[in-house]
Amino acid sequence: MSLDMSSMKKFLPVLLICLLMLAGGTAIYVEDVAAQAPAAEAAPAAEAPLKADSGDTAWILASSALVMLMTLPGLALFYGGLTRSKNILGTLMHCFLTLCLGSIMWVLFGYSLAFGPDVGGVIGSLEWIGLSGVGTEPHSVYGTTIPHMLFMVFQLMFAGITPALIVGALAERVRFSALLAFVCLWSVGVYYPVAHWIWGGGWLGAMGALDFAGGTVVHATCGMAALVACIVLGTRTGYPKHPMPPNNLPFTLLGTGLLWFGWFGFNAGSSLGANAQAVGAFVATHIAASTAVVVWMFIEWMHRGKPTMLGAATGAIAGLATITPVAGYVSLFPALLVGVCAGTICYIAVFLKNKVGHAVVDDALDVVGVHGVGGITGCLLGGLFASKAMGAASDGLFYGGGFSLLWAQIVMVVSVCVFTGIVSWILVMIVHGIWGFRVTPDEEQTGLDLSQHEEKAYS
Amino acid sequence: MKMIEAVIKPFKLDEVKDALMEIGVQGMTVSEVKGFGRQKGTKEVYRGAEYTTDFVPKVKIELYVADNMVSRVVETITRSAKTGSVGDGKIFVSDISNVVRIRTGETGESAL
Repeated sequence: MSLDMSSMKKFLPVLLICLLMLAGGTAIYVEDVAAQAPAAEAAPAAEAPLKADSGDTAWILASSALVMLMTLPGLALFYGGLTRSKNILGTLMHCFLTLCLGSIMWVLFGYSLAFGPDVGGVIGSLEWIGLSGVGTEPHSVYGTTIPHMLFMVFQLMFAGITPALIVGALAERVRFSALLAFVCLWSVGVYYPVAHWIWGGGWLGAMGALDFAGGTVVHATCGMAALVACIVLGTRTGYPKHPMPPNNLPFTLLGTGLLWFGWFGFNAGSSLGANAQAVGAFVATHIAASTAVVVWMFIEWMHRGKPTMLGAATGAIAGLATITPVAGYVSLFPALLVGVCAGTICYIAVFLKNKVGHAVVDDALDVVGVHGVGGITGCLLGGLFASKAMGAASDGLFYGGGFSLLWAQIVMVVSVCVFTGIVSWILVMIVHGIWGFRVTPDEEQTGLDLSQHEEKAYS
Repeated sequence: MKMIEAVIKPFKLDEVKDALMEIGVQGMTVSEVKGFGRQKGTKEVYRGAEYTTDFVPKVKIELYVADNMVSRVVETITRSAKTGSVGDGKIFVSDISNVVRIRTGETGESAL
């Protein structure tokens, strides 16, 4: 049997992923051997060990499972329903495999890079590679009442969903193997550093920027990456002249519901305990989402003449993405206002894409307009409405905190967007240049389900 | 013998069929078709992206009747398929030279 060039090309990304993992695995082994000796000496220096609280542990365990549900099947169905019927399985696979690959990378080296001991404020060290040193004792900073391992797995779910959000922008036209390579490279190049900057003891966190559950870390990064990637890759063949209607909007609503449900773990879990802040975040999340649905629907009703189900579902996701960075920091009325802003601003963003941007930006499933714009809006609103009384580290402009938090939020959003944009562009070019990111026009016509996976969703 | 073809609104099919059976029509052929006439196509909007469909779904019925039935059939279809708005459809009448019942080999009007 001969291995021709095209099949070689096809497996290159997979090979790369395996190599990456192997490298991680080898390092763990070396690390384990090295770690055994100094462990005994380090013990006496430590203070009284922190103890995990059973209630907090139970809630974060449940939250982690809820966040997993957001990607699979929540996001997968949300996106899958929006594609044409010939691409639904391909889209489901994108979300499915992104979560699984992201999980493996996270435990091997991702967690260490994002949350490991700080190196110059920009990245974590490799000290925790292969989870060495990450045990069931609580960490002194990351959730002092839950096992460190639990904090790791809760964060794993975030690392899994973020690259999966990007695939919506690239729907219906990318090669499966190239996509896998891209999401792996992107996790290393963008997600781990940005998560470190804000949550892992990096420079933005030190500056006082607040991102409760990932408005910047998750939504702004995926939005920027989506924008860059869909500009580089170009529009789907026939877009926007040929109709590309969703194949199954009930799936999309099912996905919306699962995302919303999972978001309670995402946001209320980000308090890292079963406490008052979790309750506040839970309420704010639900209220902002509900408000954004109602606002989006009425705007669309007035603007286009009919209230659509897809519009309502999109409003829900916009509201959820927008409340994410401030869910644990705001009281009821700011949460309502966040919902109003989400419904309005994201509606305008999606409308503008259709009106002026459609020739260059084929953000197929509106990742930029909903997640990117929503996440950024929420982070900026945090600079206005965050309040210490609700659990924020500092007060926003309207709560007597002056401009310092707002400034930190602006720096966070701008720096992360610029960084994400540049690195994502480089990574897309690498993947596009080496393997070819897009399927052939023939394969695109056939659909991803048959051309990439040799199966059909509906037969 | 005449062939009567009528393109009608899909939701009127049952009403037309019942009305035709009442006046003694014993069979018909029905197919789902798409097309356009003066009625405009439908519009779909997904997140503000607008798609118009030029071809509107319709139902086409075909029946073959003896000459003396033609005017009653046409009148019945006209009455039962009518809603009064654009897109109610059209009726076409044409000559048929022969009909054969396959089971018995009968031909002409007795095969109808």
